[in-house]
Amino acid sequence: MLRYLFRRLLIMIPTLFVISVLVFAIIELPPGDYFESYVQELKMLGEPTDLQEIEALKARYHFDAPAPVRYWHWVTGMLHGDFGYSFEYRMPVNEVVGDRLWLTVVLSVVTIAFTWLLAFPIGLYSATHQYSWGDYGLTLLGLMGIAVPHFMLAIILMYFANIWFGVSIGHIMDLEYLDQPMSWAKFHSVLSHIWIPVLIIGTAGTAGMARRLRANLLDELGKQYVTTARAKGLSPARVVLKYPLRVALNFFVADIGSILPAIISGAEVTAIILSLETTGPMLIRALQSQDMYLAGSFLMFLAALTVVGVLVSDVALSLLDPRIRLTGRRG
Amino acid sequence: MSEPNPLPPPGAALPHYVSDAPFDPSREPAGPAFGLGNASQLRLIWIKFRRHRVALISGIFLLLMYGSLLITEFLAPYRLDTRNLDFIHAPPQRVHLFHDGQFIGPFVYGQTMRLDMAELRRVYTDDPTDPQKLRFFCRGEPYLFWKLIPADRHLVCPAEGGRFNLLGTDRLGRDVFSRILHGARISLTIGLLGTLVSFTLGIVIGGIAGYRGGWFDHGMQRMVEVIQSIPSIPLWMTLAAIIPLSWSPLLVYLGITLILGMLDWTGQARAVRSKLFALREEDYVLAAELMGARSPRIISRHLIPGVMSHLIASASLSVPGMILGETALTFLGLGLRPPVTSWGILLTEARGINIVALYPWLLWPMVPVVLVILAFNFLGDGLRDAADPYR
Repeated sequence: MLRYLFRRLLIMIPTLFVISVLVFAIIELPPGDYFESYVQELKMLGEPTDLQEIEALKARYHFDAPAPVRYWHWVTGMLHGDFGYSFEYRMPVNEVVGDRLWLTVVLSVVTIAFTWLLAFPIGLYSATHQYSWGDYGLTLLGLMGIAVPHFMLAIILMYFANIWFGVSIGHIMDLEYLDQPMSWAKFHSVLSHIWIPVLIIGTAGTAGMARRLRANLLDELGKQYVTTARAKGLSPARVVLKYPLRVALNFFVADIGSILPAIISGAEVTAIILSLETTGPMLIRALQSQDMYLAGSFLMFLAALTVVGVLVSDVALSLLDPRIRLTGRRG
Repeated sequence: MSEPNPLPPPGAALPHYVSDAPFDPSREPAGPAFGLGNASQLRLIWIKFRRHRVALISGIFLLLMYGSLLITEFLAPYRLDTRNLDFIHAPPQRVHLFHDGQFIGPFVYGQTMRLDMAELRRVYTDDPTDPQKLRFFCRGEPYLFWKLIPADRHLVCPAEGGRFNLLGTDRLGRDVFSRILHGARISLTIGLLGTLVSFTLGIVIGGIAGYRGGWFDHGMQRMVEVIQSIPSIPLWMTLAAIIPLSWSPLLVYLGITLILGMLDWTGQARAVRSKLFALREEDYVLAAELMGARSPRIISRHLIPGVMSHLIASASLSVPGMILGETALTFLGLGLRPPVTSWGILLTEARGINIVALYPWLLWPMVPVVLVILAFNFLGDGLRDAADPYR
């Protein structure tokens, strides 16, 4: 097991390296940089430009150096925990990001838990009651969840939550807790706000997962050992739960790897509509103002989050199914 | 008693035999060998696909939708940018058939507008004394068909001097129904073009990786892993933010299509690769190699046709993702920009909670989005089931 873990960790390094090159290339692509547009903006407003400060920042972040050098500084900085400097906020990226990253992690984890809790019984029901009205109904409902764009779902939900419950949703906690340290009251506030984004982001993932669980379970239920178990007189519940479900579960865990990027994507868009204090709104602002270190670090964080998530799912999978550990030599 | 042996003894000549049954070469010979067993693969796929009713209906629906793109200007009662300043944020007009208990064919009632100064909004009421009969195949607003041919024929137009807003008007007094029809042109083609890009990339890259293997395959595998591990929307956002503001709308449209397609090829490439891994061990590939065929020919002539049906099925499942991607990007202000009109743009104009409360008809563009995405999903499911008819 340790060897497997070690090998997986080793594979992560080149993956993260390539991701970092890609991210750097992307944030370098747009012509011009933050300073150019910033100086121009100041000139247009007729304000005196503090060129000295800008020159200092430029020198510190090696803006005149060729791209590979800047990439080197960016990456080595990240390894030391220095993620660069947000020019728009005039603060190191670490401080700007702060809580937001953790809230993104919390939101993603809660959404995955929600997805599982919901997809599991739905998939089980659909598979055992194939082609029943319940199956059709749930499939249609799930497809609707996939088909309605996240942001429209968010807006409509916002409206009805306002009318029915009288709560204004949006934000991930009551605003007075924003910069407070963690406390029970803050925790409670987060809890009472988080369900709306979780519902919005989780719907599509739940639908997809329930459908895949259904397909997997159906494959498994058609096998001969299930017929044998049934013929020997096992109760219907036991026939399903004892082996077929366990086999189908494997895939359930493996699926984290594919739903995690989708959940983070969905979370970004939803966060912008609901003005959640996660990475989404800040990322888009950073992109628009060419605040490249902030944008790059965000993208890097999100990608790293996914890579780690996939690793966790793979490790869980290998714990669950020894065959994968033994034959997983090819990665 | 045993059957007499029909064959002559070894060495002797076979007796000459001609069947004297009438023979008509133009008629298909009957028999088990010529029924389904001999049908072409396409025919088998079609027979199997037809059984999936929902998929069939979805396919027909999508064909109609895409067909309508060719004659959008004719179908829409108004042009994309026609404004009616007297009727801003007017609610949908219901189509009636009977006026005062008398059948007079489809018509709408004229509306009168009054300003509600207490709530600061326009209030429209139907005027029951003013039935406006709809005209069909009529001469209406002039337009340039495909921006080239001047014409003025419409499928349906309002009565002379009247107006017809089936789904209401927006904040500039533009007809929502016409705008949805015009928006379909952009939204539906963006999904198709984007899929075409990802399809081509997937086949070429996955094909080479699957057939050649080795370092190219390794490189592709890592590349796919990397791309799949970056969440797509932030990546789209970043790439879309690169598109300069100075680009013309058409260029932006092509750019967005390219971005959506460039990040979607990974799934296709993986599918092609794993299928080719199995196929390249087949004898017919060896035969082609021995006859001196080069890799491009082997891949394109012998291997890809074997996986084509699967690819088309999975491509039809990736179109809805692109359509949704366009709406999301546009909604975030990173995608298309007016005056280009797509469903994403229409939905963006409907953002804001007061719209849901006051002008809910602006949410109509959601209906075609949902329907098209559902249809593509069902169609893809049906195609996937039918893709391998020999199973």
